Amino acid sequence: MSEKIEYTPFHPRWYRPHIPVFWWLRRRSYLLFVLRELSSVFVAWFVVFLLLLVNAVAQGPDDYRRFLDWSAGPGVLSLNVIALCFIVLHAVTWLFMLAPHAMVVRLRGKRLPAAVVGAGNLVAWVLASALVASLILG
Amino acid sequence: MTLSHDVLIVGGGGAGLRAAIAVAEDDARLSVAIVSKVYPMRSHTVSAEGGAAAVIRPDDSLDEHAYDTISGGDWLCAQDAVEVFVKEAPGELLRLEHWGCPWSREPDGRVAVRPFGGMKKMRTWYAADRTGFHLLHTLFQTALQYERIARYDEWYVMKLLVDDGRVVGVVAVELMSGRIEAITAKAVILCTGGCGQIYPFTTNAAIKTGDGLGLAYRAGAPLKDMEFVQYHPTGLPFTGILVTEAARAEGGWLINKDGYRYLQDYDLGTPSPKPVLRSMELGPRDRLSQAFVKEIEKGRTLDTPYGPVVHLDLRHLGETVIDARLPFVRELCRSYENIDPVHELIPVRPVVHYMMGGVHTDIHGATPLEGLFAAGEAACVSINGANRLGSNSLPELLVFGARAGRAAASFASGAQGGTAVRPAVQAQVEDERRRLERDLFHRDGKEPISAIREEMRATMEEGAGIYRSGDSLAKAADRLSVLQERFRSARLEDRSRTFNTELLAALELSFMLDVAEIIVHCALLREESRGAHQRVDFPARDDHRFLANSLVHRDADGSQRVEYPPVTITRWPPGERVYGR
Amino acid sequence: MTDRITLRVTRYRPESETEPTAQEYEIPLRKEWAILDGLNHIKDHLDGTLSYRWSCRMGVCGSCGMTVNGEPKLTCATFLEDYAPGPIRVEPLSNFPVVRDLVVDIGDFMRKLPQIKPWLIRSEQEPPAENEYPQLPAEREEYERFSMCINCMLCYAACPVYGLDQEFLGPAAIALAQRYNLDSRDQGASERMDVLSAAEGIWACTFVGECSAVCPKDVDPAGAIQRYKFTAAMESLKTLLLPRGAR
Repeated sequence: MSEKIEYTPFHPRWYRPHIPVFWWLRRRSYLLFVLRELSSVFVAWFVVFLLLLVNAVAQGPDDYRRFLDWSAGPGVLSLNVIALCFIVLHAVTWLFMLAPHAMVVRLRGKRLPAAVVGAGNLVAWVLASALVASLILG
Repeated sequence: MTLSHDVLIVGGGGAGLRAAIAVAEDDARLSVAIVSKVYPMRSHTVSAEGGAAAVIRPDDSLDEHAYDTISGGDWLCAQDAVEVFVKEAPGELLRLEHWGCPWSREPDGRVAVRPFGGMKKMRTWYAADRTGFHLLHTLFQTALQYERIARYDEWYVMKLLVDDGRVVGVVAVELMSGRIEAITAKAVILCTGGCGQIYPFTTNAAIKTGDGLGLAYRAGAPLKDMEFVQYHPTGLPFTGILVTEAARAEGGWLINKDGYRYLQDYDLGTPSPKPVLRSMELGPRDRLSQAFVKEIEKGRTLDTPYGPVVHLDLRHLGETVIDARLPFVRELCRSYENIDPVHELIPVRPVVHYMMGGVHTDIHGATPLEGLFAAGEAACVSINGANRLGSNSLPELLVFGARAGRAAASFASGAQGGTAVRPAVQAQVEDERRRLERDLFHRDGKEPISAIREEMRATMEEGAGIYRSGDSLAKAADRLSVLQERFRSARLEDRSRTFNTELLAALELSFMLDVAEIIVHCALLREESRGAHQRVDFPARDDHRFLANSLVHRDADGSQRVEYPPVTITRWPPGERVYGR
Repeated sequence: MTDRITLRVTRYRPESETEPTAQEYEIPLRKEWAILDGLNHIKDHLDGTLSYRWSCRMGVCGSCGMTVNGEPKLTCATFLEDYAPGPIRVEPLSNFPVVRDLVVDIGDFMRKLPQIKPWLIRSEQEPPAENEYPQLPAEREEYERFSMCINCMLCYAACPVYGLDQEFLGPAAIALAQRYNLDSRDQGASERMDVLSAAEGIWACTFVGECSAVCPKDVDPAGAIQRYKFTAAMESLKTLLLPRGAR
């Protein structure tokens, strides 16, 4: 439609603002967004870590012990703590911010508000965690 | 570079979009384009709130809709046009439904209807209280599927090109670049809306500056019934934002400073708790606005910094009804008045809302000027007569938008010759280019245009408001001619070609001054009171002299010549307007 | 003596400047005045050369979106008083090329609109229905929210994804597609799928959520997008798992 109009010979000189490097610091939601994007790196790291663990278990008790010692070292430990924080951020934003908007849950023909869906997700998460914890610890 | 189309539509609001779709559907070989000074979805149709009338219920009939419309218009309506209108309105609204318009629904899934002012039956379709918004966006989005509908968004038409008594296109300026181009066409349809901006206090958007009225008049097409200016009884003070008539249709009350439903004193019926059709708050707009002025005279209004007000009381409707039927009213009151109509009274006062008059057309939307068509508020067929009923304007722009589109399409297919620009026309284009260059770069006048605009508005309110007199109108006419003179030597500071809104405002003001003069002139000559035109010096309707439309032509010397062709009467002889009895 | 407040307004004069500058205007501070009333005061009384768009001044035409103190806002529905004592920064919407002063170019959005086919699609060429397509109030409610978009472009101005990648279809366009997809009368969801599920469609969205936060009409485009991600994921799963006939 509109693009058929030939602007070129008369085109005004538009100003296109360039985006500053630290644009994502200007707003909390932008910061959160960049951190969540960054969290994918740590999700990947956890997968690698898990594969290393499985490999160590498969190699036998010695390798497994060596793996545990390596994991307990300050470097790997702190890396994992940071990774955990990012994973939690990733999970929380997904479960409680995104999913309630993506899912349409109806009760007696009425759509439940996103907050209720989010709360439901939280309850489900706690229950699942409790189940896993009881399996490991119990 | 030549821009050329078979049918060119000026204005991309409801009527313009409907016309464009009609052309595109009518003949696939025709090229059609919309020129609009704003993106189409910004057009003022977007602000309509209450609804669109069309007979759909078994207990209703076309004749009743016609009678309500004609009596509401104080017998100045062209009755053949009204008959066409009420007959085609249901089909047009259904078509909108098929295009996706989210009409509000009954529990069983049928389209819902609500009561409205001056209507004896419930026949007003609505989409909550955002009917115009949904209607415009549905039309705009539906038009997007026709790739052949070209658009010139943010182009402003300055002049109609006339060659040998026939309209052959327009001269327009592209706002973004400032380039001035001729766009030629075999047929041009004006869908530019009304002219509320000539008054200081109006529901109308800033873009409603009567461009199409001025374009047509200057090109030699007559305007009709321009003295009839509708005041809507309920506008928010200061902003002039409309509080829809639907608020009263749902059961809202108008009360004065004593909490008294004052309309009962003005031959509009007796109050009852539930709304009664064609009675009290559901009377016609002209009568309600006039009652307000009488209340001021009796000292029974409240004073505010923005003039006297009365109150609209919705509190007894309750939050559920207000949220379901009038959510936009609540949103507007909260953000612009800082009040919640669920618990508080809404201050309101009459506000300029609609031009009954416009470019004179027949029932096909054709003007007497060959190749020129008009539809919507810019046109005057007339189905609105001396006073439009609420919820008739949206179906009007659909019915007559479509009709004008079809008529223009068939005119364009049959039109002789190509769209090649003849030398005489080329000269007009060059003249217009020169005029604008002069306006752009050689305007070192004394005063800014905003001062002239403000004074024009005050003049119109004082001289040609709800009540007029020979004196007030004569004074207004004098002041307007002085303003015309001052405008010729006004100042433009902005010399840029890029999005020069000051230049745009000057072009608009020039049209507005012309339209204001015409309104005052026609009002001065109509020595009677009818509908929205109330002369204190001629308080009665005079069917002997004025059962006639005023048709104002521009003579060669620039002066106005008014003729009075008789109103077309088919089946409803003039009678008394009865409300609440 | 009335109170006064300063507006710090971005000026860009493309014929004489290579980049925008700020200009300060002192205007009366009135309780009822929106930012737009302040701009109109400047235009009418102080400086006729200031350019900006506006029309309905009742929050429904979508013309007057600008950046006010860093936030995308409709200036007709944003009040001076809320920013007192000022000064108030009024800038053009972010993420769009600036044409002049406070006017930006939204041509990109206008070109994207038809791509999502924002009109009612019926699957076969049926004879025109004589009556309305029935629709229950609950079915209407299903898409009503997404039909409220006024195309004011505040969501595009708030969206960092759009800021970084102009190919992104963007919040309002996707919400509008969902408005029709969710309409019980529409049968065109499959025709909109390719555009919506493309890389520049829903999957470009990383759920910043600012689009919904700034929306003056509570349309919730972020919700629309996340919802469509769910639908699209289910569709591709179906395509993967089910034989052709059973989809």
